[in-house]
Amino acid sequence: MADTYLDLVNSGLGKQVASKLGLPEPTKLRRYRAGSDFPEGSVLVLGKGQAADAAAQAMLDWNLDVRRHAQEVDRVGAVVIDYTDAKTPSDLGKAALELSSVLRKLRSGGRVITLSRPAAGIGTGAASGTPADTAAQEPAVAAARQGVVGLLRSAAQEMRGGTTANGILIADGVAADAPSVVGALRFFLSGRSAFVDGQFLTVTDERGESTENWDQPVAGKVAVVTGAARGIGAQIARTLAQAGARVIVVDVPAAGEALTKLANELHISALQLDVTDPKAGEKILNLASERYGKLDLLVHNAGITRDKMLANMDQAKWDSVIAVNIESQLRITQAVLDSDKLGEHPRIVCLASTSGVAGNRGQTNYAASKAGVIGAVAATASLIAEKGGTINAVAPGFIESEMTAKIPAARRQISRRLNSLQQGGLPEDVAQTITFLLSDAAGGINGQTLRVCGQNLVGA
Amino acid sequence: MDNIQQNAQQSLRRAVVVAGNRIPFARAGGAHANASNQDMLTAAIDGLVARAGISGERLGAVAGGAVLKHSRDFNLTREAVLGSALDPATPAFDIQMACATGMETVSTISNKIRVGQIEAGIAGGVDSASDAPIAVSEGLRRALLQLQRAKTPTQKLKALKNLRPNDLVPAAPTTGEPRTGLSMGEHQALTTQQWGVSREDQDQIAASSHQNLAAAYDRGFFDDLVTPFKGVSKDNNMRADSTVEKLSTLNPVFGKKLSGEATMTAGNSTPLTDGASAVLITSEDWASEHHLTPMAEVVDSEAAAVDFVSGNEGLLMAPAYAVPRLLARQGLTLQDMDLIEIHEAFASTVLAIMAAWESEEFCRDRLGLSEPVGTVDRSKLNVNGSSLAAGHPFAATGGRIVASTAKELAARAKAEGRPQTALISVCAAGGQGVAMILRSV
Repeated sequence: MADTYLDLVNSGLGKQVASKLGLPEPTKLRRYRAGSDFPEGSVLVLGKGQAADAAAQAMLDWNLDVRRHAQEVDRVGAVVIDYTDAKTPSDLGKAALELSSVLRKLRSGGRVITLSRPAAGIGTGAASGTPADTAAQEPAVAAARQGVVGLLRSAAQEMRGGTTANGILIADGVAADAPSVVGALRFFLSGRSAFVDGQFLTVTDERGESTENWDQPVAGKVAVVTGAARGIGAQIARTLAQAGARVIVVDVPAAGEALTKLANELHISALQLDVTDPKAGEKILNLASERYGKLDLLVHNAGITRDKMLANMDQAKWDSVIAVNIESQLRITQAVLDSDKLGEHPRIVCLASTSGVAGNRGQTNYAASKAGVIGAVAATASLIAEKGGTINAVAPGFIESEMTAKIPAARRQISRRLNSLQQGGLPEDVAQTITFLLSDAAGGINGQTLRVCGQNLVGA
Repeated sequence: MDNIQQNAQQSLRRAVVVAGNRIPFARAGGAHANASNQDMLTAAIDGLVARAGISGERLGAVAGGAVLKHSRDFNLTREAVLGSALDPATPAFDIQMACATGMETVSTISNKIRVGQIEAGIAGGVDSASDAPIAVSEGLRRALLQLQRAKTPTQKLKALKNLRPNDLVPAAPTTGEPRTGLSMGEHQALTTQQWGVSREDQDQIAASSHQNLAAAYDRGFFDDLVTPFKGVSKDNNMRADSTVEKLSTLNPVFGKKLSGEATMTAGNSTPLTDGASAVLITSEDWASEHHLTPMAEVVDSEAAAVDFVSGNEGLLMAPAYAVPRLLARQGLTLQDMDLIEIHEAFASTVLAIMAAWESEEFCRDRLGLSEPVGTVDRSKLNVNGSSLAAGHPFAATGGRIVASTAKELAARAKAEGRPQTALISVCAAGGQGVAMILRSV
């Protein structure tokens, strides 16, 4: 599971050799630690719109060194660019070149974040529900807005030293200072988003709450994590517990030994349950309400792989993957939607996969199930919004876990370099992204799928 | 007197079973062969703690025990607690009452709660027939002790001089009764014959045990009663496809030297087994403070013992005495029971005890009752399987039965909308037995 190459190129001699030979030089990513959430150096805000002002104000409130002119900065931790008022493609150049002028001053672990509006006609998730205003329908406006996507994704690929570039898309009709715009800005600045790169996250509505408690964004919430005995699921439970949630961990009875260890380590409750049990949703809701009075947060993490080339696929391999990875989610989510045991803002995060976005050789069954997750999340958004809640998905790319440790060594080495950060992510990176999406600061983000893949080169 | 007793009863609190856990039972010498009693008991406690979400809690007491015990296990349960996720400030003690050990721990912990000494405790037990202690011979033991006391080389030589080659043969553990030299199986063979228990009846009990246990696993009944251990997730003695026909082909193993037909086989006798169980028992207040739902109340229990040494009564017949006394004290009859659990040491133990309760003569002469105790409705008997299928790690059996029965009571009470009562009976070596009544809450 250890990435020895990453350690090697971050040692003195290894670094020189890799540099001379032109080998990949991945940097150890700046990850979230309580009390050190932000990049080092000044934060430069480019652009003159309301979004720029709102972002600058929020970052001043977080005691960051906020600057509005490229000339006045020396050591730069982050650059935030407001493109929300872009009307034509020629509006993009000024800020892009200002960004260019400070790139060499960007510290490692830095951040580039764009704020813009989604282009009309290009899917931003079915949840939006806000009719795009007439100006947004103009081809030039759409070209400018979609231009931001190309600019940002290319810039992300050029960043070095663990710096990432991501964009916040603010749906038309949503205010530039909406709580989840601020929440998403905080997330992208934070080490919590370390392995999220080259992605856009859409703020679909003005719901959500601003918070002071960024260290414990889910404090007091009752959370259930399925497939939690090991790997990414166990880390999600750990991270949610650290972030203040009261967690119940769920896994199949056969995984009970590992589940027990985790539950006792975190001082939480274990539930041995197969998510394909027709009564799984009812059992989860009953335990959450019995133990803690309600259910607030649910993470559909349970998943399996049964990889085979399509030519060698059989019924059992196909059906089991569909049953565990998507059918169980649909059934349990429906039970949640029908339940009277929910907290005020029920939130669900589903585990999708980059395989579900871009497809993957040997994974027709898995990719079908994970693409299904993305579809289900988009379609469930309006249903759960009626209950005051949200549903979103995260799509992990190559994550260093027990699952990817089974990939043959040579292929694993290649797979983990095939992204802009030239390394695999950690279960923690997925867990932190999920924690953000479960927080009330993300209450205006609904029906979205966010990739945690280091800008994996496939399926961009 | 009655009034005094009633007042005492009224001032007692209710002790309720809120959760149970065991590791899968495994045939001796198999899956758990390398696990010690302490390993298994710790695992059973940890699974229970995780299920109840009480990691780090200080409990009033943990009572456990084992029948086959190493001398190093002198403080077995306390050591298990120290290795568990419980607060190390949780006191613990060992109990030993042969196969009724688990029942006695449940009884003891419940009583501590009922009188108000503690709010919550764990009752459990463990046994490893695989990791059993092997003792050195008496001759070698004496010589070694003398050697330890010896100071001079001459004295040391002298200590060893008396050793004979035979002294070097270790003494392996047996299930023999010290006072009769007979194994438990041979004792039961005498009872089987005395009560004329048929081979077919015994095989029917065994087949039902396997089928009921397998069906319970299939419907997920054990999802919150069992935690896997060392990669094993189900009792490995269980044969889901067991039938009377298949069992009828096995050769008898006990009672072959007796005059009548030998009917006891490896199929209708429990195998030696490794395993552990633990039950969380609390006051109602503690359960509610910890957001745990009580499954059943531990109403009362009764121990009995019989004189098997003289041959006056069968070794495993004590429950036949304990149960009527318990029912009488509680003003209940066999017919008031919704569930009946009779530990299957041997299929014929269950059948002989039930035959005794139906016998006018036995109930009159032995129990002093004017009429028979009654007939056990087989549809209420061991509904989720018992020891013939699950196996019988001696001290772990009580916890297995109490937890499963409490869960079944709660489920039935909810489904039928009225309180449910269960009777549990467990026989033990030394001519002892413990009976217990649980009631849904």
